[in-house]
Amino acid sequence: MNKLSPSRRAYEIVTRTMLYVCTAVTCLLLVFLIGYILYQGIPGINWEFLTTERSILRGTIGIFPAICNTLYVIVASLIIALPLGVGAAIYLTEYARNRRLVEIIEFATETLAGIPSIIYAMVGSMVFCISLNMGKTLLAGSLTLVIMVLPTIIRTTQESLKTVPQSYREGSLGLGSGKWHMIRTVVLPSSIDGIVTGCILAVGRIVGESAVLMYTVSMAVGMQDFSTIAGIMKSSGATLTVALYVYAKEEAEFSVAFSIATVLLVLTVLINFAASLAGKKLKPENK
Amino acid sequence: MKDAMTYPNPQPKQTAARSFRAAIKPAERIMQILFLICGLVAVGFVLIISIYLIISGIPAIREVGLFNFLFGTTWSAQNDQYGILGFILTSIYGTAGAIVIGVPIGFFTAVYLSKVAPPKVAAVIRTTVNLLAGIPSVVYGLVGMFVLVPWIRETFNLAAGDSLFAAIIVLAIMILPSIISVSETALNAVPQDYEAASLALGATELETYFRVSVPAAKSGIAAAVVLGIGRAIGEAMAIIMVAGNVANMPSLFSSVRFLTTGIAIEMNYASVGSLQRNALYSIGLVLFLFIMLINVLLNTLLKRDKEG
Repeated sequence: MNKLSPSRRAYEIVTRTMLYVCTAVTCLLLVFLIGYILYQGIPGINWEFLTTERSILRGTIGIFPAICNTLYVIVASLIIALPLGVGAAIYLTEYARNRRLVEIIEFATETLAGIPSIIYAMVGSMVFCISLNMGKTLLAGSLTLVIMVLPTIIRTTQESLKTVPQSYREGSLGLGSGKWHMIRTVVLPSSIDGIVTGCILAVGRIVGESAVLMYTVSMAVGMQDFSTIAGIMKSSGATLTVALYVYAKEEAEFSVAFSIATVLLVLTVLINFAASLAGKKLKPENK
Repeated sequence: MKDAMTYPNPQPKQTAARSFRAAIKPAERIMQILFLICGLVAVGFVLIISIYLIISGIPAIREVGLFNFLFGTTWSAQNDQYGILGFILTSIYGTAGAIVIGVPIGFFTAVYLSKVAPPKVAAVIRTTVNLLAGIPSVVYGLVGMFVLVPWIRETFNLAAGDSLFAAIIVLAIMILPSIISVSETALNAVPQDYEAASLALGATELETYFRVSVPAAKSGIAAAVVLGIGRAIGEAMAIIMVAGNVANMPSLFSSVRFLTTGIAIEMNYASVGSLQRNALYSIGLVLFLFIMLINVLLNTLLKRDKEG
């Protein structure tokens, strides 16, 4: 250090300062954001808040309907998106021989991943709510979300399929199994970690989505009639993120909004944790 | 993947094997077709989205006139005036501002995490940054509304703090995680030999990182910036909560509408079939074209990065 010329020493000091200052800014932002949300949100959270609906009569606010709606949307979207996405990834890695077709499909996937959610919201409301006459329902919202999370599932599954050693496939085919049999019994089980991770990331994306659900489902924060499955899909109601927006922007119930934010924060932590856990624990040995 | 695609099918030689193959063939064939359909679905979705946006976006542009639509400075549904220059400029200024603030912070943090930080510290910061990436955008909006907007109002002595400036800060924070993680991946991929050679020639560690590692990872870092641009230009719900949403021409401390919030703020009450709603679709088309441009740029950069 002492032998450096003054200009090099200045360079050293300036870059080191920038490194530490910028990292400190990032860390402080993180700590402040998380701390502030928890500080404002935790006091409002209790069992009643999580398990009841809003009651004008008693003047209490509960987010149970929003939790239910979020779950319905997650389940409905994944039921459709998961087979589609895994199927597409299998086609791309196992079957496709035409380089051009693979490039087109991959380009389409990347394009879908880059489209902002407000455009999905617009197109979803045009296609599902208006053209297909579904109205603003959980079904229309879930179908729009299928398109949105598809790239996430395709990409993670594909990455995972690529890491399955070629010798596994050769061994299976060499023992006389057909291609589909080989995929079902050898390739898919060895890439289960990627598929599960893809699912979890998709759940994260759905939980965090607000624009799509606001324009294809609804902003009503009340409870709907959920007696049959068809009834659920035809009904309509705000998910957690939409409820947060409504309470913050339109009803000025800020403590409720922060409590919902805390719930979302906890969910995000759980989802991230589950994703990294799935990546580690489900990975087959000797892969 | 190349291996999988060119994998040779073992040719059946014996008649027994051939008849066995013939027996299982229909199921195999059906599965192959099913998977092909799954693969084509993504392409179908992109086509549907593009076609819908173009078909529904063109009527209003035709009615208003392309020039008046893109370069008109007033947006007012009451007076049937639909000019989106204000929205376009706001989106460009807002994104540029977020990049100017967010990229340096994210870049230096990435260098620190990738090269300087002790592994344990880096792991903790990395986990938290990933958490930041997963937080829903309305939560950022909420904190912005509660902390940033009042702060701006008091510090700069304004009547209201909802402004382009507030939106820029929120966007800068929101693009940080993607910039940090993509740049860090690129920096981690720089071969150790480069750094070892530089150190052996007498460069200090920091000189090595900034004059050898960073240039070697430059297309990955450029991809991070472009990704950040894409995120910022497409964000709607966080900035709708802090930007005030009045259709003004942009200035730093005035209430503004972005392309995204311009759509979002009127979508729920513009009646179907009206010129107002069609004009919203046209804004969507303009935004879509911006995004496609950015995507193509991003893919080129990422491809170049992969090829080294």
